[in-house]
Amino acid sequence: MPKYVIVGASSAGIGAVEAIREVDPTGTITVISDEECPQYSRPMISDLVSGKADFGKLMCREHEFWKKNRIKALTGITAISLNLADKYVTIDKGDQVVFEKLLIATGGKPFVPKIEGSEKDGVFTFTTLSDAEGLASKLERAERAVVIGAGLIGVSVTEALIRRGLKVTMVELQDNILSLILDQTASEMVEDLIRKAGVIIATGQTVKRILGKPENDEVVGSAILTSGEQVKCDLVVIAIGVIPRIELLTGTNVKTNRGILVDKFMRTNVSDVYASGDVAEAYDFIYGENRLLPLWPLAQLEGKVAGYNMAGKKTDYPGGTAMSSLKYFDIPIISIGITNPRDFDEYESLVKHEPEHDIYRKIVLKNNTIVGITLVNDIERAGILFHLMKNGVNVKRLKQKLISDEFCLATLPRSLRRRLYPGEYK
Amino acid sequence: MKRIIVKEEHCIGCGLCEVYCTVQHSKSKDIIKAYNRENPRPISRVKLEVHKPVSFAIQCRHCEDAPCVAACLSGAMKKDDETGLVTHNSEQCIGCWTCIMVCPFSAIKMDSSGKVVSKCDLCTELEIPACVANCPNGALLYKEVKS
Repeated sequence: MPKYVIVGASSAGIGAVEAIREVDPTGTITVISDEECPQYSRPMISDLVSGKADFGKLMCREHEFWKKNRIKALTGITAISLNLADKYVTIDKGDQVVFEKLLIATGGKPFVPKIEGSEKDGVFTFTTLSDAEGLASKLERAERAVVIGAGLIGVSVTEALIRRGLKVTMVELQDNILSLILDQTASEMVEDLIRKAGVIIATGQTVKRILGKPENDEVVGSAILTSGEQVKCDLVVIAIGVIPRIELLTGTNVKTNRGILVDKFMRTNVSDVYASGDVAEAYDFIYGENRLLPLWPLAQLEGKVAGYNMAGKKTDYPGGTAMSSLKYFDIPIISIGITNPRDFDEYESLVKHEPEHDIYRKIVLKNNTIVGITLVNDIERAGILFHLMKNGVNVKRLKQKLISDEFCLATLPRSLRRRLYPGEYK
Repeated sequence: MKRIIVKEEHCIGCGLCEVYCTVQHSKSKDIIKAYNRENPRPISRVKLEVHKPVSFAIQCRHCEDAPCVAACLSGAMKKDDETGLVTHNSEQCIGCWTCIMVCPFSAIKMDSSGKVVSKCDLCTELEIPACVANCPNGALLYKEVKS
């Protein structure tokens, strides 16, 4: 009876469990997670802080998920080290968990730059449920917050804090917010709304020092920006990004770059050892190379692929790419792939911008195939465009139609639909 | 299991599928009340896609390997093991729009509240889904398909 061991029980771990059970109903599965209740949705932790979701709603799988799938769930337990030659994981208190197939799905951890004063009470990172609970517990007595980083996490936590009535200053090193996923036009559309919600946005800056309160130096009192400006605050949230949690691999010969290197079956270079999710560098079909893409849906898919392969069902990872949908500040946005190309010889951009309706659509092409999609406010046809993108369809004859208001499935010639949607449109 | 089959050569683009879907998913189940009085206004979960002269209806295909289920952040979108249906629980939905991003048919919509998504549930309480039953030209069929 195969013994599957999965370290990490968030998106990739859950995906792997479900895939293994599809193929192998009886093989024993042990899941090790340092979180007590890991089957919650990490992208939703800002909803817990804002009050939009309670703990129950945060659960992306039922409470009996582990039991139902006959999993030995070692929750609240940390994996300390790996012995890949003798195939076991050492956990807290020195116990050993033996495996035949191992999945490393330890995820990412927040990147925390060195900032003087970051040890003070009131400084938070924002990745896990306990981060969110910790932050939420401080809100009743807090009036002002500084959020460092205006990426996805920074914007999500800023919205939550605004909803809870705090005054927020968002500090971003780049010139625009969400600069990794949006071009300047789209970014400014969001910035406008965020400012209207009362947020102060300080771009081109970061926090160089966190000071305590006059009456208690151990508690956050203000943040000093690189400009020298002092911003009064009770809380600082560090939301710069995540980096792979690869410490567990110390002393092993598993190859890593920034994350763990995997092939299209999610295997590492060591046999019977797999990796998935934010800890792994998986294939990006737009860039044509493996890279870090710390995104929940991709982690789930990577975990699933790993699970199938671990259980003996040979499955290729089709690849992913940067893909985000945003709901914050009531402006729906979808951003996929290369949305802000700098090389205008190589890339062509199709743009439709209607400021009066707050509509923005931008499709980036390379050799007449879609490599980037940005949709602001009118996002409903995103899936068809993404499907064209994934399939590398030559859209030369469809160019202007792609960004028109009327674009829909019927816009695609029937022969193309037949090819793209097997079983439909016969 | 039974699925909706689309015969685009029979579609006349009348939009009755959308009307009857809207009514079926309204509180009153009454066409006038559904369109004029209900708030939030019910929406059609089937979409009539038109690029003249082509038209056809599209609704959730209840995909075998549903991308929306795999991508769902909240666990609201699920694949029912027994019926094979892709089900959506709007209580659990947080309106993150990830399913809209990954549905290759763009068959998932924001509902009129703008807070959650909405999609075809195959009218499980009816023998024949409302859009199929009310298509005047046989452009929508409800047929047994191989799983």
